[in-house]
Amino acid sequence: MGLIEPLFPFIEMTIIILALILIAAFLVWVERRMIGIWQDRLGPNRVGPGGVLQSIADLLKILGKDEFTPKFADRFTFLLAPFIGAITILMSFAVVPFSKTIGVSDLNIGLLFFLAMTSLAVYGVVLAGWASRNKYALLGGMRAAAQTISYEVFMGLSMMGVVLLAGSFSLRDIVEAQQQSWFITSQWLGCFVFLVAGIAESHRLPFDLPEAETELTAGFHTEYSGFKFALFFLGEYLGVTLISAMTVILFFGGYLPPGFLADTVLGEIPSMVWFTIKVLFFIMFFILLRTSLPRPRFDQLLAFGWKVMLPLSLINLLMTAILRLTGVLGGVHV
Amino acid sequence: MTLEWIFYFAAAIAFVASVKVVTGENAIHALLYLVVSLLAVAMCFYLLGAPFAAGLEVIVYAGAILVLFVFAVMMFDLQGDRQPAVFQQSWSATWLGPVALTFTLAILLTYILLNGTFDKGIEPGIVGAKQVGIALYGPYLLAVEIASFLLLAGLIAGYHFAKYSTQGEHR
Repeated sequence: MGLIEPLFPFIEMTIIILALILIAAFLVWVERRMIGIWQDRLGPNRVGPGGVLQSIADLLKILGKDEFTPKFADRFTFLLAPFIGAITILMSFAVVPFSKTIGVSDLNIGLLFFLAMTSLAVYGVVLAGWASRNKYALLGGMRAAAQTISYEVFMGLSMMGVVLLAGSFSLRDIVEAQQQSWFITSQWLGCFVFLVAGIAESHRLPFDLPEAETELTAGFHTEYSGFKFALFFLGEYLGVTLISAMTVILFFGGYLPPGFLADTVLGEIPSMVWFTIKVLFFIMFFILLRTSLPRPRFDQLLAFGWKVMLPLSLINLLMTAILRLTGVLGGVHV
Repeated sequence: MTLEWIFYFAAAIAFVASVKVVTGENAIHALLYLVVSLLAVAMCFYLLGAPFAAGLEVIVYAGAILVLFVFAVMMFDLQGDRQPAVFQQSWSATWLGPVALTFTLAILLTYILLNGTFDKGIEPGIVGAKQVGIALYGPYLLAVEIASFLLLAGLIAGYHFAKYSTQGEHR
């Protein structure tokens, strides 16, 4: 017992990382299948029952590809970029509380850690674009840099309302502060801004301008193939999972059951299940957005960010502060 | 005791990385070393009991300002006089330095996270977000205002330079 106990955090961490990678791989199939169904097609349904094993077939194919590094590329940075993209997002999951007991670390600056890691994740895309020495890749990388820096500003601001109400940067404290009512009831504006910024941060459609295939072939990962491309893909789907998880934690009570169900039989369902259901709901929402919205032009994207989203998040922060100080909005007293 | 050693490790990494910033030839590689250096400094802040300052260091400096630097270097392709054609660098020399430094930082970070010592720094007290806020808007109010004035000037200058010119050519 004494020998094994120090290993528990390591085992927990390994299981969480493996589960996340599996979920990300599985999401590729879920996304293609759901889009198919929504568009009145079948989608991939050949490999395994209902097509469940499609991701494994894709993975085998992608790993069988030639590991190609262009001669003109900056080799070190070229190799480093996909790892930064995947690892920084995996690191963010260290502060995510998955249930009442599961979670790698309950850092007292958890929210800042998440922000720091997402802001470091930009380097993956930017460096990939630069190191490829390809004009499409470079354009994609520069778009990614401009887009991410702009949207990061009010992603941080939109979360501060929640911090004001919870009185803590720790994600577990934030979840526990929502025992009475979820923060979405008062922070709906912040939630909207956070969702939009989150889509832009994980550069998914409709904000996937860094890799807009109609204009830039494949944007920043034009020159990537094989395992390195798979890492970018992993990063993208992990990013979707991370933003969904953060939305749930910040605005939808995290692993807590809905307030009106807490005293019923449904309140006995393990907190992990509640968390998973909520996260899955938001992942589906992300996928639905991808199928239904057109891509804006790049200047429209930046103008929308600075001229609409930034004022909205500032108004939200100001109103929350005023209501908090006048005592209209309750919240944890610090 | 071990915390102190980790502090010195992180400080040494910051030092080595900073030296590499000024001695490097490739602008982007130098900037990457600067990122490593800032991460190491954030680690030092963290160990000294200022987690809030450490978080801001990573978000603001490593995450935003240096991305802008990289952006500018990329955009103007500042590579000195060298031809940007084929990179002929020795394979091991390119990746060994940064990877070794970052890897050491990663080990230190994992050690701190797993040993649960993240709530106590080397100093007994922890400077949280609240104390930072009170200090900024208390004794250092004047400095904050001056800094914000400077930023306002920068903002206006940026607006002036980027303003769409209506005189001259018509587009």
